[in-house]
Amino acid sequence: MKPVVAIIHKDVAIEFRNKESISSMLWFGLLVLVIFSFSFDSSGAGDVDIRAGLLWVAFSFAGILGLNRSLSMESDNDCLQGLLLAPVDRGDLYLGKVAGNLVFSLVAELIILPVFAVLQHVHFDWKLLAIAGITVAGTLGFVSIGTTLSMISAHTRMKEVILPVLQIPMTLPVILCAVTATDMVLKNETAGISFPLSVLGLFSIVYLTASYFIFEYVVEE
Amino acid sequence: MKLALESEDIQKKFGHFTALGGVTIQVPRGEFVTLFGRNGAGKTTFLKIAATLMRPTDGSFRVEGIDIRKEPERARRQIGFLSHNTFIYRDLSAIENLRFFCRLYGADSSDSRLMGLLERVGLRRRANDTVRNFSRGLQQRVGIARVLLHDPQLVLLDEPYTGLDAQAVTMLNDMLDEIVKDGRTVILTTHDLEQGLRAATRVLIMDRGKIVLSAEAHDPEIRATYSRLIVTGARR
Repeated sequence: MKPVVAIIHKDVAIEFRNKESISSMLWFGLLVLVIFSFSFDSSGAGDVDIRAGLLWVAFSFAGILGLNRSLSMESDNDCLQGLLLAPVDRGDLYLGKVAGNLVFSLVAELIILPVFAVLQHVHFDWKLLAIAGITVAGTLGFVSIGTTLSMISAHTRMKEVILPVLQIPMTLPVILCAVTATDMVLKNETAGISFPLSVLGLFSIVYLTASYFIFEYVVEE
Repeated sequence: MKLALESEDIQKKFGHFTALGGVTIQVPRGEFVTLFGRNGAGKTTFLKIAATLMRPTDGSFRVEGIDIRKEPERARRQIGFLSHNTFIYRDLSAIENLRFFCRLYGADSSDSRLMGLLERVGLRRRANDTVRNFSRGLQQRVGIARVLLHDPQLVLLDEPYTGLDAQAVTMLNDMLDEIVKDGRTVILTTHDLEQGLRAATRVLIMDRGKIVLSAEAHDPEIRATYSRLIVTGARR
């Protein structure tokens, strides 16, 4: 676990210094929320409840931005090679990067969430706590595969473009389950919520486990 | 004779392109080997395979007797790798960078030790400055400290002189002399003939993925082959 902790510590120290990752995710997520909130209010699309989708669009776009920042941190000065030279299981390097990305994403999302509640008139009650729980599970699935895909795109010329092109289709099952579960909570119809949550959990575990084992081959030139 | 590095018929292919076409070398402990070759000759590929950053397509490779394919993590403990990219984080200070890499290597990360390392590379006074504010030469010094922090037996240097000013080159050469004095093995790639020959005990010249010359550093054939292959660009 020592390398994992060292990588988290390093990523947090860099974030404290340059404040690039969380702030860019936060502002981008908030912008998406505000624009969509006002657009749909004024367009009169009130009959269709798009709130869950809106929240996860904001989280997904902000998340991709965060993964891109994380990737550029390791690409700068070829720092990724420095990590790979360490006598550490490469799966542990992956876990360290996932943990760092997860922390940054959750910090941004936990600030975006109350703003979403205000803009979309969601009461600050158990619903928000339930959505926060779904957010943690969904974000874990998102960054589990996203960290691997960001390393794959690191070897390409248009890495900032390739990452979302790979990330969005690959995380579709995670996003769909998270949107479904969030929608159920918002509508107070939680009877069948265990199904989307189970699928969400399953995908997160599969992405995390598979990435842990294939990371060594992913990062190799 | 204990070998620091032993490669046997190392091949590396990228699709149809053969970067290494069967490289076999043995480097005894304590030797300083300089690897010359023009761009694309396979020098960096060879060093990256030695550093376990790249997997060979075929062949066997041992570092300090350890098979890098079977025990890559153990092999990495013996290897220090420096290229023209320093692999250090620009948003961390010099000492924070070293502390992070010490934790990854499981090495002693006490402030006194790290300050000692920074002293060796002449950066003690700037230990807490963010690397982003360092010149290229100063960043390379942090890179050298990073290479030495886990006490590697085999030091691999891939074009380390690139972009360095005269003072930084002198400092790097002093560091290399110290490394050699400590009995470590050094493999250096460079385009600069004089820098490459300065401390070398043996010279290898590569062309199109193969070793075309292996000679003692004082062998006059080195300059002739260098001139023919690298300066004038004549092929084998």
